[in-house]
Amino acid sequence: MSKQIDLVDLDIYYGDFLAVEGVNLTVKANSVMSFIGPSGCGKSTVLRSINRMHEVIPGAHVKGAVNLDGENLYGPNVDPVLVRRTIGMVFQRPNPFPTMSIAENVIAGLKLEKDKKRKESMDEIVEKSLRGANLWEEVKDRLKRPGASLSGGQQQRLCIARAIAVEPQVLLMDEPCSALDPISTLAIEDLIRELKDRYTIIIVTHNMQQAGRVSDDTAFFNLSGIGKPGHLIEVGPTAQIFSHPEHKQTEDYIAGRFG
Amino acid sequence: MTDLSGLRSGAPVPDTTPHSGPVTSSEAPPPNAGGRQNRGDSADSLHLTGNRLPRWAPWVIAAGAIILGLLVQVTGITVVGLAPGFVAAFAFLLVQTATSWTVEGRRHATDRLATTLIYTTFVLALVPLLWILITVIAKGLSVFSPEFFTSTMRNVNPRAEGGGIAHAFVGTLEQVGIAALIAVPIGVLAAVYLVEFGKGRFAYWISFFVDVMTGIPSIVAGLFIYTALILTGVLEQSGLAAGLALAILMLPVIVRATEEMLRIVPNELREGALALGVPKWKVILRIVIPTAISGIITGVMLAVARVAGETAPLLLVTFLAQDMNPNPATGSQASLPTFVWDQISRGTPASIDRAWGGALALILFVLVMYAGARIIAKIYSPKAR
Repeated sequence: MSKQIDLVDLDIYYGDFLAVEGVNLTVKANSVMSFIGPSGCGKSTVLRSINRMHEVIPGAHVKGAVNLDGENLYGPNVDPVLVRRTIGMVFQRPNPFPTMSIAENVIAGLKLEKDKKRKESMDEIVEKSLRGANLWEEVKDRLKRPGASLSGGQQQRLCIARAIAVEPQVLLMDEPCSALDPISTLAIEDLIRELKDRYTIIIVTHNMQQAGRVSDDTAFFNLSGIGKPGHLIEVGPTAQIFSHPEHKQTEDYIAGRFG
Repeated sequence: MTDLSGLRSGAPVPDTTPHSGPVTSSEAPPPNAGGRQNRGDSADSLHLTGNRLPRWAPWVIAAGAIILGLLVQVTGITVVGLAPGFVAAFAFLLVQTATSWTVEGRRHATDRLATTLIYTTFVLALVPLLWILITVIAKGLSVFSPEFFTSTMRNVNPRAEGGGIAHAFVGTLEQVGIAALIAVPIGVLAAVYLVEFGKGRFAYWISFFVDVMTGIPSIVAGLFIYTALILTGVLEQSGLAAGLALAILMLPVIVRATEEMLRIVPNELREGALALGVPKWKVILRIVIPTAISGIITGVMLAVARVAGETAPLLLVTFLAQDMNPNPATGSQASLPTFVWDQISRGTPASIDRAWGGALALILFVLVMYAGARIIAKIYSPKAR
């Protein structure tokens, strides 16, 4: 079900400001890629341009192409709403909808946009998605309680359940563990390894160990100075990037000599 | 003067009070003689304690100040021409600040002074409110009776007793209802546009004119409806015309209140929903507005409360009526504020009593609406647990 993503000569702008320049990158289907790099280098910007969330910010736009199994997401007549339904996203801070219960949060994407083709009942989808996010056992007795009543780590898994309930092909995660404690982080990382079977996953992280633990491939981004655009420095299998990076700056960053 | 608090450099009278009294000796820790200068002598002392006034001190000072005020009152001695209450207040401020400064130091004295001033202004702000409430209740309650609520002023001698507010209540209900029916959808939608879509010139001008509308005196809104719709023959003097005038007054309040509430909805929620592939209009309808609904309802109710008491525009566009007129489309219609105005102007004890009764009914009407809105807001508001 999952799909391959190709970024082709991608330039990303905020208004006139070129934030990221010339990214060429391939994420294989059913693999986990992590984006690492110092703050401000454009990792999150690249991530958000993959499901067209980038353009939510006024003036933001891209040049180049993002191909999902060969189909350009920025082609003419492509509906960003449908793109986002195919490419789900989990944010840095858990953001369950405060007016909804746990169950309502899970099916928010479906209830808000009914998909007539699906035959499962909403209850089945809730259970399946929560099981998929390893949260079912913890919340099955209080599905009617508000989503905000959960702990931070549970809320983040609720957001993952919400994202996979719409059955996307790809999951984008923008520092999903940076607001969580080590135990919740471990739960999410286990989950990422399980989800790999069904989704293509891209995760932005500041945590080198996390990149090493969960990802098959790693892409290192950097920027040459304040106000200059970010660049993709190198990308490769995680083991190789961490042990024999081609570029000196990658090695310096991973070794903790800067950033 | 044994520790830090007593030796504040800014203290005006450090040497005239060499001992700050029993407070020091009873509560102070082992004295750290010499204060700041000799800190080196007691390196293990952290200077974390200071003299404090005992809890009862402000009350004792307050009691003393009140007694002083009473003395001024009883003896008739004038202190620079001030009323006894002011004498007591100033005495309290002065004595408390001075005592605190000597015992506790400048920071605590400033704290106590500021605390006292803040509480005083709070009480001062409450006084008119309570005064109005008590007066209106005391004078209005006497005419409250089943008859007062069910009858009109039809065939009642306006100078004599009897009659009621039924016609005025129905009028207010209809006029405010029409105003809300027009202003709430337009106002909420305008706010949604300004917050969720509005960029550039058009939004700027909308926002600008909302500000201008906020400043429109109510009589001008009435004059506008009068000249634009009544003099031109589109409408006659009627409840509908009154509702339109009130809608003009309501609109900016609703736009501003709703705008504020929508702006504090975290952007993360919008992005979270957009990232699920939800179209923007549904994000606004299902996520943004429900999250802000309790604030929006409160804002709407404040707008309703504001226009429910408007009198001037109503006198222009619907004038007075002594009889029930349930049809807002034709003919003059009474309302609670114009009823009060009318009865006061009659000038007899019976009519003035009715005016107070009308005023109390108006306050109760707004209060009930507000309480209802709070309950609705509570039901819809986001729940934490």
